[in-house]
Amino acid sequence: MIPAAFDYEVAESLEHALDLLAANEDAKALAGGHSLLPLMKLRFARPPLLVDIGRVGGLDTIADAGDHVAVGALVRHCELERDPVVREQVPLLAYAAGLVGDRQVRHRGTIGGSLAHADPAADLPAIALALEAEIVARGPQGERTIAAADFFTGLYQTALAPGELIVQVRVPKTAGAGWSYVKFRRRALDWATVGVAALVRGNGSIDDARIALVSMGPRPLRATAAEEALRTGGRDGVAAAAEQADAESAPQSDTAASADFRRHLARVLTARAVEEALGRV
Amino acid sequence: MATVEKPATFVGTRQLRKEDPELITGAARFVDDISLPGMLWLGVVRSPFAHARIRSIDVSKALELDGVVAAYTGADLEFAAPLLMAWAINDQVKNPPHNPLTKDKARYAGDAVAVVVAESRALAKDGVVAVEVDWEPLPAVTGIREALADGAPILHDDFGTNDAGSWSIAGDSPVPTRGPSAPFFDDPDLVKIKEEYSLARLIPNAMEPRGVVVDPNVAMGEYTVYSATQIPHILRTALVISNGIPEAKLRVVAPDVGGGFGSKLEVYPEDAICLAVAQKLGRPIKWVEERSENYVATLHGREMLQQIELAATRDGDLKAVRVRLTVAMGAYLRLVTPGIPMLGAWLYHGCYDCEGYDLEYTNVFTNTTFTDAYRGAGRPEATYAIERAMDTLARELDIDPVELRRKNFIPTESFPNYTIASGLTVDSADYHGTLDKCLEVLDYDAVRAEQRTRRDRGDRKLLGVGFSTWIEMCGLAPSRVLSALNYAAGGWDAATIELMPTGTVRVLTGVSPHGQGSATVFAQVVADQLGVDYDDVEVLHGDTATTPFGMDTYGSRGVSVGGVALHAAGEKLIAKARTLAAHELECAEDDLEFAGGNFTVKGTDRSVGIKALAFSSWTAHNLPDGMEPGLQATHLYDPPNFSWPNGAHCCVVEVDQDTGSVDIVRYLAVDDCGVQLNPMLVEGQVHGGVAQGIAEALFEEAIYDDEGNLATGTMTNYLVPGPPELPSFEVHDTVTPSPTNPMGVKGIGEAGTIAAPPAVINAIVDALAHLGVRDVERPATPERVWRAIQEAKEGRS
Repeated sequence: MIPAAFDYEVAESLEHALDLLAANEDAKALAGGHSLLPLMKLRFARPPLLVDIGRVGGLDTIADAGDHVAVGALVRHCELERDPVVREQVPLLAYAAGLVGDRQVRHRGTIGGSLAHADPAADLPAIALALEAEIVARGPQGERTIAAADFFTGLYQTALAPGELIVQVRVPKTAGAGWSYVKFRRRALDWATVGVAALVRGNGSIDDARIALVSMGPRPLRATAAEEALRTGGRDGVAAAAEQADAESAPQSDTAASADFRRHLARVLTARAVEEALGRV
Repeated sequence: MATVEKPATFVGTRQLRKEDPELITGAARFVDDISLPGMLWLGVVRSPFAHARIRSIDVSKALELDGVVAAYTGADLEFAAPLLMAWAINDQVKNPPHNPLTKDKARYAGDAVAVVVAESRALAKDGVVAVEVDWEPLPAVTGIREALADGAPILHDDFGTNDAGSWSIAGDSPVPTRGPSAPFFDDPDLVKIKEEYSLARLIPNAMEPRGVVVDPNVAMGEYTVYSATQIPHILRTALVISNGIPEAKLRVVAPDVGGGFGSKLEVYPEDAICLAVAQKLGRPIKWVEERSENYVATLHGREMLQQIELAATRDGDLKAVRVRLTVAMGAYLRLVTPGIPMLGAWLYHGCYDCEGYDLEYTNVFTNTTFTDAYRGAGRPEATYAIERAMDTLARELDIDPVELRRKNFIPTESFPNYTIASGLTVDSADYHGTLDKCLEVLDYDAVRAEQRTRRDRGDRKLLGVGFSTWIEMCGLAPSRVLSALNYAAGGWDAATIELMPTGTVRVLTGVSPHGQGSATVFAQVVADQLGVDYDDVEVLHGDTATTPFGMDTYGSRGVSVGGVALHAAGEKLIAKARTLAAHELECAEDDLEFAGGNFTVKGTDRSVGIKALAFSSWTAHNLPDGMEPGLQATHLYDPPNFSWPNGAHCCVVEVDQDTGSVDIVRYLAVDDCGVQLNPMLVEGQVHGGVAQGIAEALFEEAIYDDEGNLATGTMTNYLVPGPPELPSFEVHDTVTPSPTNPMGVKGIGEAGTIAAPPAVINAIVDALAHLGVRDVERPATPERVWRAIQEAKEGRS
């Protein structure tokens, strides 16, 4: 639990942070530090330089931007949990943020850090998929927007280029949609053994169904077969949809659960999440 | 600030802990708070392999680092003897020499092979990483069954086997059983059941990891060892043996210690290594365990395979119990490893009367961290087996589990001092009364009705109720009994009370509390007994230079041995004070009565206070002829028997059939630990103990992967539950004084951990029994519960 020696720089501005990262390709940006620092303490990660972006201005705001909510990369989970705009416009995000880790983690961890770290067991990457959020990244080449569906490319892998930082997450408002996030874990502070986020729209029939899975593969994923079954089967298609919840997944076996049990849980929890979401339409 | 009215007597009241202000304001002094001039940090190079021969070790890259002062391998540090193993259970025990740094091969992932000494903790760690070991990996074996199989990798080549020796009641117990079990199991008219349980390996997680600071005075050849230990006195003896320094030159201090649960009831390689390195370098040496290091380098507990058979009449009269255990030792035998199962060996028939009893256990080496005492040590294992098996027998006979227990309880009128079937003598109990209280609080009929309703409705969440009517033997231990069990030391303890000239009281105890609150309880005892001010009593412990030689704290012995020693010292002190009082008041001793700190001549108002006597005793100006100056007394108390707490615990669970999740709806504990000195601390012990017991039943499990690496080596995957996972405990009591000591006390430190696991698992099985589920291996993870349901359904279809 003692990291290797490293240098530490405080970025005074976004440009300064990008310059520091550009000058040292092995440098890591430090935001809440709740994923990076444990890896360093176990010496699984040995970055020569940490660029602390915690004091960069303008990245910690939440704004109502018309059709979406603009969430700064440094917004902490606890702020998502209690912000009135997020609670009103994207209740799924506020609710899921409240289930991340424990209170200490939620007061340090940031949405940008969580998405950039791309842990397949983390809550917010799958929530970003379900919400079809857009991730705004800034790098030496300027700014670009990446759809959440294109962002998570593999185990701890993202579409971010070297030297690029997430600056904002644009989350479409979900007014009128039913939502649910069912997180199955042994202890309150654990990562999800399996998590299922559901978002449904429709009046009678189901016009839009989104189901995103946590811990069901090397990256967060959408259960598209189940979504399709819901769209065609409507409210009566929940059981059929749930049966296909794990169709596209590739879960691992570990000390928390076997792959088979994860598949079973994904099916059970999908039924529960969709039922709950339908109840909120 | 509200004023608190002082009670007339302190014993039996809910006194806040004297220890807490320092602990909760961060002013306490743990080993890691100790920093000495010229101090160096030590880091330990550990094996990444479960089993590997050491071809060579190259420390040169570590020594090249700025700030690294020295590096040593097993060949560089000489010890007078291997680490002490104090419990050779019988002549057949196989005890491999345990060198603090292994020289030939590593036998578990985490085995220490070298150390690096540096100017800072971080530099020591850098040095550890820089040490290059040329390993020859060997096949490893981590499972008990696998280790005993033909062709298994052998840990200790000299033995040619991983069988570390066996022990049996029939062959080794110093007391006769009521009879052998075989005739009952051969009786065709009796109903027999045979159960097999697998107890997961557990990893203690004290809030404070281990740590050692050694302060050498090389010129004088004197050493002070500060260690996060439960056993400063025993550790000193062990280090005298391993490091060859005489007792008079070796002082061991246990400063504030943040929990132990048995994990600090140990003589560890790091204790001996830090002492040897301090001796070599002549500078203070400090080592503090990393949390991830704690998972591999600190003792583990529990892992065993149990087979328990019961024979009973058709109407539920238990006749015989037969038990066979196979127990994981890990890679070496540590301080008392081979004897841990013995601490439960007489308890596998629980609080039930029977006629035939047999038990045998076999110890097994595996390529895993050594095991040793973990809270309850042997007694939770025994309680689990009999309490689970009683539920199975109840189902087999179609008798309510509560009725079956009642039918077989040792009758209340058998006490005091009833010799049970296994051969030991239980001091006192009222098993019926304790269970009555539990059922009354529970409303058993209502719970059963709710269970039926849910089943009839086809609810997804089923209800189950489980009981554990537990007993244990604690207050370790009568020295003669320990001798008969081949244990190397005694079980007595010591206390000194000294009335100082100013009237304050100095209490010195041989027990070494590390979170229990003994300083509070002992002050309550002394304040009442001597009639002095509670706030004037200071209790000192955990320092071999100041406290009398004692046997330290473990096995729920703090009050039942250390407290009784203290009480006896108090009686001696009062006797001396009485003689002096009679001298000063010019009366016969028999004419004096002692109350509220004053000796009064009966029927008069002539009196003298004990504080005044302390002063006159100190001045020695006017003492009776032949009386020694000073008002102090010491007593060494050897308990004539164990103490035998008991209780009735009940757990109500909700099981989600679809996910296997278990929620504890209610948890009731009715415990009887005899006379309670401070009920608040009793409740605290029950709360913590039950939490640890629930952890065993539902959460905690050390898992090794196929290569022998610990797969649950961090707090993220070794699941210690916290408040969100635990219910509000409903804690109640009954009080049956022990006849063994004048205070009537027993022990409560391990009760909850002993009682809880079978109550929880019995409740889960009870919830699912109508589906055909008969057992769920512990910890009952959602996956295990769900699979048990699926297998039962498949078995029935």
